[in-house]
Amino acid sequence: MAAKRKTIRTIPQQRTPMAVQDAAARVKNFGEVSLGYEEKDALVESERCLMCPEPACVCGCPVSIDIPGFIAKIIAKDYRGAYDVLTDSNLLPAICGRVCPQEIQCEGVCPVGDTLKPVAIGRLERWVGDRAIAEGWTNVPYIEPNGFRVGIVGSGPAAIACAADMAKAGCEVTIYEAFHKPGGVLRYGIPEFRLPDRVVDGEIANLTRLGVKIRCNTLVGRLFTIEQMIGEMGYDAVFIGTGAGYPSFMGISGESLNGVLSANELLTRCNLMHAGAFPDYDTPLHLGKRIAVIGSGNTAMDAMRVCLRLGAEKVHCVYRRTKVESPARVEEVEHAEEEGVEFHWLTAPVEILDDGDGKVRGMRCIRMDLGAPDESGRRRPVPIAGSEYEFEADMIVYAIGTNANPIIGQTSKIKLNRRGYIDTDDDLATSLAGVYAGGDIVTGGATVILAMGAGRKAARSMKAYLGIRDTDIVYLSEHQRRANTLFGIDAAEKAFARLHVA
Amino acid sequence: MNVATKANAGMVARDSPETGFMADDGPAAEIVARADFSDVTFSLEFRHPMMARAARPGQFVIVLSHEHGERIPLTIADFDRDKGTITLVVQAVGKTTRQMQQACRPGTTLFSIVGPMGEPSRIGAVMKVVCVGGGLGVAPVFPQARAFKERGAYVVGVVGFRNKALVFWGDKFRKVCDELIVCSDDGSVGIKGLVTEGIKVAMAKHADIDEVVAIGPPIMMKACAETTRPRGIKTTVSLNPIMVDGTGMCGGCRVKIGDKMMFACVDGPDFDGHLVDFDDLMNRLRRFKEEERQAMEKWSESCRMAAPAGR
Repeated sequence: MAAKRKTIRTIPQQRTPMAVQDAAARVKNFGEVSLGYEEKDALVESERCLMCPEPACVCGCPVSIDIPGFIAKIIAKDYRGAYDVLTDSNLLPAICGRVCPQEIQCEGVCPVGDTLKPVAIGRLERWVGDRAIAEGWTNVPYIEPNGFRVGIVGSGPAAIACAADMAKAGCEVTIYEAFHKPGGVLRYGIPEFRLPDRVVDGEIANLTRLGVKIRCNTLVGRLFTIEQMIGEMGYDAVFIGTGAGYPSFMGISGESLNGVLSANELLTRCNLMHAGAFPDYDTPLHLGKRIAVIGSGNTAMDAMRVCLRLGAEKVHCVYRRTKVESPARVEEVEHAEEEGVEFHWLTAPVEILDDGDGKVRGMRCIRMDLGAPDESGRRRPVPIAGSEYEFEADMIVYAIGTNANPIIGQTSKIKLNRRGYIDTDDDLATSLAGVYAGGDIVTGGATVILAMGAGRKAARSMKAYLGIRDTDIVYLSEHQRRANTLFGIDAAEKAFARLHVA
Repeated sequence: MNVATKANAGMVARDSPETGFMADDGPAAEIVARADFSDVTFSLEFRHPMMARAARPGQFVIVLSHEHGERIPLTIADFDRDKGTITLVVQAVGKTTRQMQQACRPGTTLFSIVGPMGEPSRIGAVMKVVCVGGGLGVAPVFPQARAFKERGAYVVGVVGFRNKALVFWGDKFRKVCDELIVCSDDGSVGIKGLVTEGIKVAMAKHADIDEVVAIGPPIMMKACAETTRPRGIKTTVSLNPIMVDGTGMCGGCRVKIGDKMMFACVDGPDFDGHLVDFDDLMNRLRRFKEEERQAMEKWSESCRMAAPAGR
């Protein structure tokens, strides 16, 4: 039976608002800022999906989630079914719904967004993911063990995604994590108010339910090498998802003064080691009162908003380009502005200044202008001569990007590329047979969803390498089997000959 | 083998008898022995066969003694591949180390211990090497001295303590040295003076020293580097900045080597002593002076208030 066709005029015109913690209140706590939809909100918002016959959103998604598919299930109030559709492509809906930059992915190409605001796909995904955690849903299909042993290095999004796929295919999977808690950047990098620990724990619990073993406090490369994993330890295939954490500094004078630190260090101390609760937790932070964060990506936003919540009097963002070029997720910049972060666009530090006792007292900054585009196509920032001025700060946080972590390169003969990242082919195979790599350690710092996509892609290659025949049918989108199509042809097509469907 | 079929397979111990590797699962490494050298210095021996097999001189571990604790680096002072143990020597100077001194006994475990970390020391084909250890430093330099000896080098050991009562591992160190020069601040044992005096004695006696390896507090390593600089003897030091992860991802341990900035946890911890900016290192070690004092005060307070444990 063909459902009544939706048009842009018949759907709810307004994007359903999502409850958000009030800015003045939320700078004093680490509770989640975006509070998520209620069931009624999800039902209204899902009505806004036009169920396009050729959904652009599926292509816009780095892991090709069947977006109209899961939204259709929400409309039908089959929430478990919606979760099933989501987890076909994405193991971590509660995480991606929160941290994906939907505005440049699925929502960015949603045709509803041409006239109105796009369907809030991310919020719907998050709602389903949270519901699944609350209800304890897991998708553990019957798994036929195949006897292959797979080793995974790291426990961030790329590694988790790869581990889940390999476990579902029947392999015996072990994850090795250097920290004392798993999750990688989901744990140490993204703060509690954006991605609560309990959500990370919930998604990781799914892994153990699939039979994946997680060994923390294991530094692969040093405790044993990748070569030993393939050799003596008997792993049939290995995935390396160690991330790109090796923070960049600018090389200007004064960077080693006390009070200057990388965003990675700030976030690790706060998110992983709970330095905000010192002295109940032993790790110190020594927060400043007037803090300057250099950079304007997601890491910078996280660093700034963490500092606010820990009690800084004023937090500044210093970035050498403008808001337009800022690589952060739009919602994070908005939230940061609402929370009172002061932005200094077209500004760059030149020198960090000493207070005479080895501690930072401020920095000398220079104003920038945007000149001709460089090789990446972005306009290159050019200093304006004579525009230097002093900026007072007692803590300076660098969030200007990271480089490849050197440990795997130091301890293995694996081939690295010119910039020190692991060299892979299009199938994410490295120079060592049976060893695959994905995520930031291959691409440089990127996003959670891209890392997950890489983990899944590597899993496909690893299965091919091991000779595991995967029907793959579970990963095909259901949109070819939806109610209002007949053999892929939209049932509303008038010129179609009538057929009896049993 | 069919672990994957169980929905809640969880943490099942899995040995690989054919490889000789024991899976690193179950509780964290257990302390099998403890020795107290003074009222501040003590050693802990951990059972950790995989780490004992992998450890090399110069490497360290990061330890988290309890769930609310802080991660601290400790040099691996000894490793026994046959026994499957590693040994750390700890100086109780702050809250965390004092707490460890109180709590760590044979049979207990730490919340987490990870390693070995850092680039291993380069035990090159030198003919004559002077291994210098100051105070606590005699422990971390022991594995280097032993490795040089095993390589066939002539090893001159120089160790310094404040006084005779604080000397530890004397015999242990003597066994891996061809010559041992002991120094003490008050002259109660060996030469009166700092280890730099010992180095000068060695330099006077031997014209053909290939390398000096010096480990100890930064001020001591700085002095050793200045002592060898006029003769241009290659001097390797092991730096001890504040660390959090120990895997190169936070940059908290950054040190200035010549005109470069390097991370001690992955680019070190060994560096050329003549290029290290020790003043910068010593300044950065003062980062949390206030918090350290606060933590010690709170700790001492809680010790006074707690019922005294039978000692």
